[in-house]
Amino acid sequence: MGSKTPLYDAHVKAGAKMVDFHGWDMPLNYGSQIEEHHAVRRDVGVFDVSHMTIVDAQGEQAQAFLRYLLANDVAKLKTEGKAQYTSMLNEKGGVIDDLIVYHFNENSYRLVVNSATREKDLSWINSVAEKFTVTISERDDLAMVAVQGPNAAEKLQQVLTAEQFAEIDGMKPFVGRQVGDLFIATTGYTGEKGYEIIVPADAIVGFWDALLDAGVAPCGLGARDTLRLEAGMNLYGQDMDETVTPLEANMGWSVAFEPADRDFIGRQALEQKKAEGHDKLVGLVMEEKGVLRHGQKVIVEGGEGLITSGSFSPTLGFSVAMARVPATVGETAEVEMRKKLVTVKVVKPSFVRNGQSVL
Amino acid sequence: MSTIPADLKYASTHEWVRNEGDGTFTVGISEHAQDLLGDMVFVELPDVGDKVDAGDDVAVAESVKAASDIYAPMTGEVVAINEDLEDAPETVNNDPYGDGWLFRIKADDASEFENLLDAEGYQAVVDED
Repeated sequence: MGSKTPLYDAHVKAGAKMVDFHGWDMPLNYGSQIEEHHAVRRDVGVFDVSHMTIVDAQGEQAQAFLRYLLANDVAKLKTEGKAQYTSMLNEKGGVIDDLIVYHFNENSYRLVVNSATREKDLSWINSVAEKFTVTISERDDLAMVAVQGPNAAEKLQQVLTAEQFAEIDGMKPFVGRQVGDLFIATTGYTGEKGYEIIVPADAIVGFWDALLDAGVAPCGLGARDTLRLEAGMNLYGQDMDETVTPLEANMGWSVAFEPADRDFIGRQALEQKKAEGHDKLVGLVMEEKGVLRHGQKVIVEGGEGLITSGSFSPTLGFSVAMARVPATVGETAEVEMRKKLVTVKVVKPSFVRNGQSVL
Repeated sequence: MSTIPADLKYASTHEWVRNEGDGTFTVGISEHAQDLLGDMVFVELPDVGDKVDAGDDVAVAESVKAASDIYAPMTGEVVAINEDLEDAPETVNNDPYGDGWLFRIKADDASEFENLLDAEGYQAVVDED
């Protein structure tokens, strides 16, 4: 048996098919992952993301520490609660993990990192922190849910008190705010409007039940994967890992090379990679029958690459994928699937936003 | 718990077979198989008129999770396919033993049916998964 989030019993009660996810017993679906996918695109769904790791970094050198640890620059964060997508790199520029950092003030930040990489992340963070005046605390007293979809705000309003909702009403994207016991952020992993909400572990079951009572659909890892793929969001361990730099994973935008005098772990390797040239992560679209899958070979102009994530897109009704290929790639590619070569379109790795195709 | 109707026969590769009593046999995949595969997104069926041998891969059930070959449980000719699955592959999930049938074979040798697993025998296969 794996680790259980505080919502384990609630999942079983809701009819979840539970599966092992990197040592955690998590819901794959509650019946149909495609229906759950549509619920998030058209209405609202809730995911248990309590398996993710929440780490607070506090102290007089918290900002200096994170400016060295992370590839994006936390000094760009000026307002309380502002969030930033970033990554931790090794000296070779490989991605140890991608994460979201929240800025409370220059002495206080919160990181939300992946569950699959928990141990190595914590040991890396702690080892780098030794050179700084900063205290690292893992917040295993907290649980987290993601409420995602066009009707997320309306449903959340039904679950919060009027005072609580007023605090976050109209909050801009990528901002988090402490509201009583809750930390509510306008972030997510679906390409829809919505919230990620951190709740004390002992209060999460009541919060979950209230959301379900308000008509929010419980959604599992299956829908989470197709939603994030349609949105062109990377999955750690699949679209990038320690052998891949952010530049090769469509994460170049989250690396701050300016100011030039900021040293961060991996910087030198990335600068070298940039000068030498490198592969890139692209989107693939196949409108004919069949499903692009992780690991399939992709033949492009100037070489070949691999599909890192591929699936059927429930919103589009055909298959999409992300693939890492030589930068010489043209407008089409050939994918080797089930005994034949199929021609697919090459696009930017983003397929659906706010319920609509962006192809 | 998945259901395994007693009036059907089964292949160890998770197809079910129903004797239509006129020399033809309807084939689908079991409740257990559709549950393992998850939401179906495409079903590729053979063509009517195809000659198939028992054990040939003749169809593909492609779900969100994986593409899975479906094998002909008996030798014969394909006499009908379930064209409704083209637009509604989820029928295989929702009604695997009914509207989610895949194809029908006119058997060369109807006695092959007797060699397939009965519900109890198939339950043993499921228990091993």
